[in-house]
Amino acid sequence: MSNIAVSVENISKAYHLGEIGTGTITSDFERWLARIRGKEDPFLQVAEANDRTTKGASDIVWSLKDINFDINKGDAVGIVGRNGAGKSTLLKLLSRVTSPTTGSIKIKGRIASLLEVGTGFHPELTGRENIFLNGAILGMRKHEIKKHFDDIVNFSGVERYIDTPVKRYSSGMYVRLAFAVAAHLDSEILIVDEVLAVGDYEFQKKCLGKMKDVSQGEGRTVLFVSHNLGSIKNLCSKGIFLKNGTLQQAGDIDLITDMYLKDIPLDEGDERCTINFAPQPDKQGYITHLSLSDETGTTKPEYDVFEPVVLTAKYTVKESVLGFCPIVEVKKDGVVIFNSFLSDVDETALEGQEPGEHSYIIKLYSPLKKGRYAVTFRLGVLRVSDIDAAEDALTFYVDETSFDPTIRSYASFRKALVATVLDWKKQ
Amino acid sequence: MHISTASNPEEHWDLEIKPGGKLFDLHLKDVWHYRDLLVLLVRRDFVSIYKQTILGPLWFFIQPIFTTAMYVFIFTNLAGISTEGIPPPLFYMAGITAWNYFADCLNKTSSTFRDNAHIFGKVYFPRLIMPLSVVISNLVRFGVQLLLFIAMIIYYMITGVHFGLNWHILLFPVIVALMGCMGLGFGMIISALTTKYRDLAFLVTFGVQLLMYSTTVTYPLSTALEKFPKYAWLIKYNPMTPVIETFRHGFLGSGSFSWQSLAFCACVTASVAIIGVIIFNRVEKKFVDTV
Repeated sequence: MSNIAVSVENISKAYHLGEIGTGTITSDFERWLARIRGKEDPFLQVAEANDRTTKGASDIVWSLKDINFDINKGDAVGIVGRNGAGKSTLLKLLSRVTSPTTGSIKIKGRIASLLEVGTGFHPELTGRENIFLNGAILGMRKHEIKKHFDDIVNFSGVERYIDTPVKRYSSGMYVRLAFAVAAHLDSEILIVDEVLAVGDYEFQKKCLGKMKDVSQGEGRTVLFVSHNLGSIKNLCSKGIFLKNGTLQQAGDIDLITDMYLKDIPLDEGDERCTINFAPQPDKQGYITHLSLSDETGTTKPEYDVFEPVVLTAKYTVKESVLGFCPIVEVKKDGVVIFNSFLSDVDETALEGQEPGEHSYIIKLYSPLKKGRYAVTFRLGVLRVSDIDAAEDALTFYVDETSFDPTIRSYASFRKALVATVLDWKKQ
Repeated sequence: MHISTASNPEEHWDLEIKPGGKLFDLHLKDVWHYRDLLVLLVRRDFVSIYKQTILGPLWFFIQPIFTTAMYVFIFTNLAGISTEGIPPPLFYMAGITAWNYFADCLNKTSSTFRDNAHIFGKVYFPRLIMPLSVVISNLVRFGVQLLLFIAMIIYYMITGVHFGLNWHILLFPVIVALMGCMGLGFGMIISALTTKYRDLAFLVTFGVQLLMYSTTVTYPLSTALEKFPKYAWLIKYNPMTPVIETFRHGFLGSGSFSWQSLAFCACVTASVAIIGVIIFNRVEKKFVDTV
């Protein structure tokens, strides 16, 4: 017996674009004729790769094409790819919502999928009734739901509302209850599509924690689609990268997320290394310019691990405010790696800067580990409010192009957010 | 995890997902596993329909009462159609109660795929559960309306009207099963056919209405045979006619009953139900892409 829980062999799925109308019946007839004569489907032969941005010659596209992979029992696998890459189609095939055009999927153990939170919830029924209904839709038997009922209610944290119709719930409560039901499924394989985007931060953390328990604690297999690379990296050990319906790579999650990030093209709104803002005269102060460059002053989006990144920030102060404080924040995968306040180096600035234009050159922390970073610049009143903010306004990418043997911790396979050398003193 | 190598063919897999599938692979084992869902869906239908209404389940009564009153007025008072000596309200109520069950089953199952597309698109369970739950929850409704019908029978008995309640009433469960299966079968065929081409959906609502008039709901079979001997075969070979006639015969003693016509009806029902389940199962795998 091998240790494989899911085996996907040559899976393809073709979709028909455009509307279904009178023309469709003629093509249906042609396909039927081809089939009874034992020939290949004539429409699949003209099918094209799924690139949504370009106009193709054929109406048939491959949403997935020749996908092959195996998943071992107990693995948590993250599936990444841009919109339309085929992630959801793959999950739909795995959860038997629709069937593949060619190929086969073999599965060992019970499979439960959570493509949407609260499927089948009926607004008129109470929370209690919906727990049973939803559980049954997801494939639980009544006694199983009864067994987990208290856990579900506890996990959801909506005990007080359990006998109220769910249409009276806030959307957050609704999602909490729905996820709670799904989280208590007794299946060997759990499929989860980007459902954590809803719910507050605390609950998202709880959900991820629960999923981590499921995969690492209970040894169940988890397949997880998300655009939040932070949570994917946190939860999954393996990954699959899909692009235009084909499997680009399967392997360790760090490798996969890096490939995925690299693949995002540098177009407007993406890798932005310089930006000018219009004046906002009604504010006490506003940011006018932000840019990233190397130490020679050349503005560029990509840097080496050991190459310092320099931020140029310009802003205008309209009136002097007590507690005034410009802030730089650098994030990676949505997590703040470090930040810096002007008041850290110049406490007098807190007494309020004089009106006029101010310009700073800030050398960011170095070395940075490989990955995509986002820079936020804020003008704030310390611990009170923001005057102006440019959230994630600039982005840059750091790659390993050079090598410094004295700082090995920069290597991307070392699981750490920052690259640093610590002082090891032998006693 | 790795890009897959050819796996050992002798290995045991719990589930294999492939395109197409066998014609007679009906997932009946799956349906059995999901029986709790069936019960809960029936409960959901029953509980949710009349939530936030004042009269609640009383609405089950109001519709047949008004329809009966209307039929009595139109067909007995205006058109003067005979009811074979049965009090007209009772005659029509019998027809309406039975017909409604069949019609509701047909109407509601025929839109299974469209009504549940959002659920079917997100989670797998044997799709057959949905039409089955419709048939069963309609059974509850039918039961309630039957109580009304029985109350009427008792009322007329007390007031001294004589009619022949007879042993054919024992066929009642058979009749209910026939109605349910026929409604289910036709409904599933229509729902499967309308996933891609919606044309049939337009036919259903008024088609059911037309079908009602070619069934002996509003007139006795004997009158039709007598007045239009040429076209009466249409009515006679309508598979619902024997059902309504037997129903009426059992409870009221009117109408015709024959084993042949009931057997004919059973054969039609069985074929429709089997064809329905097969077509339905073929469509359920792919319908999400086209509906």
